[in-house]
Amino acid sequence: MDPVVLFFLLGAFARLAKSDLRLPEALYETLSIYLLLAIGLKGGVEIAKHSLGAVAPQALAVIAMGALLPLVAFPVLRIFAKLSHADAGNIAAHYGSVSVVTFAVGIAFLTRQQVAYESYFPLFVALLEVPGIVVGILLAKMGRDAMAADAGSSPARAVRWGPLLHEVLLGKSVVLLVGGLIIGWIAGPQGIDPFKGLFFDLFRGVLALFLLEMGLVAAGRIADLKSRWLFMLGFGTLMPICFAVIGIVLGKALGLSVGGMTLLGLLAASASYIAAPTATRIAIPEANPGLSIGLALGVTFPFNITLGMPLYHAIAQRLN
Amino acid sequence: MQTHPKKLLVIIAEAALEKLLIKDARRLGAHGYTVAEVHGGGATGERDADWEGNRSIRMEVICDEAVAQTIAEHVLNSYCKNYSVSMFLADVEVLRPAKF
Repeated sequence: MDPVVLFFLLGAFARLAKSDLRLPEALYETLSIYLLLAIGLKGGVEIAKHSLGAVAPQALAVIAMGALLPLVAFPVLRIFAKLSHADAGNIAAHYGSVSVVTFAVGIAFLTRQQVAYESYFPLFVALLEVPGIVVGILLAKMGRDAMAADAGSSPARAVRWGPLLHEVLLGKSVVLLVGGLIIGWIAGPQGIDPFKGLFFDLFRGVLALFLLEMGLVAAGRIADLKSRWLFMLGFGTLMPICFAVIGIVLGKALGLSVGGMTLLGLLAASASYIAAPTATRIAIPEANPGLSIGLALGVTFPFNITLGMPLYHAIAQRLN
Repeated sequence: MQTHPKKLLVIIAEAALEKLLIKDARRLGAHGYTVAEVHGGGATGERDADWEGNRSIRMEVICDEAVAQTIAEHVLNSYCKNYSVSMFLADVEVLRPAKF
């Protein structure tokens, strides 16, 4: 297990044991800004070394994957878990989008294992943030309208797409990731050299601190699992594995390396807990955030960074 | 010193509602507002502000009674069904009535 994950476990232990450990909110905010920018910058510098024409077809396929994943999750949630349209669409949006911190742990894992990966991957992370959220919200809304039509009433309150897209496209994670990508791209390897000490060399240490905080936060979501723990544990672990396989197979089809296949699998498996909850809370008011956040943060995030990551890597190696 | 009676409307809600609440309050006649980040708990659990999705705000509006009633009613109808919201009204005295 990568040492950074041990920091996560320490945080989780502290919370469960009711320690008074608590990171200041401002530090959490600072660390997350750092991580997003650092990941973006790293990817931007690498994109500068590649031709955009070569990356573009892969990027389009990755966007399509982001839009497809909620379409897989939604019927599973509707049929097997018997969730409402709103809850199913909301959870599908979370799983269609990605978790940047999970990606950061994935990079740490591959670097430690000395597995190479396509270094422009942060671009894919940025591209995967948004489509899943939009499709999840559309699914929830279509269901609501269909139900309203069945009941003979007028369609439910329409989703206001303008403010919503503003929220998603200009949310902090997209702005910092894409901003970092562009700055890194423009600056190139030489231009970014003076920043290396801060953004690249300190990356692992900052990630470790952030994961300590994430352990505290994730363990705090355990209460959300109380009512439907069997469904939540089942969906929160099995769905990511299925999604990981989709990502890994797509990675192979796109001709990615084993490291790239692993990362695409991990991205497909990860669930958003920053961009998605913010957007869906307003767009799908009737969805229960306890369910979606309990799943994304309480089950899938810990699963992915501990057991999922090595599992996806093993699957990628097998399929290669 | 002469004082003037006004109403203080306090809305404690999920931070996700902040922009909407401010817009609504302005539209329904509030001249100003104050927002602070807070944390707390209720019947359905704790909101301890440990990450983005778990933040809460406390919004205070000082205004005429009619405006306070209108805003409160709007919040009740629009948000209370699906969001964590606490709300109360109090009598306050202000020194510069035109400001509110």
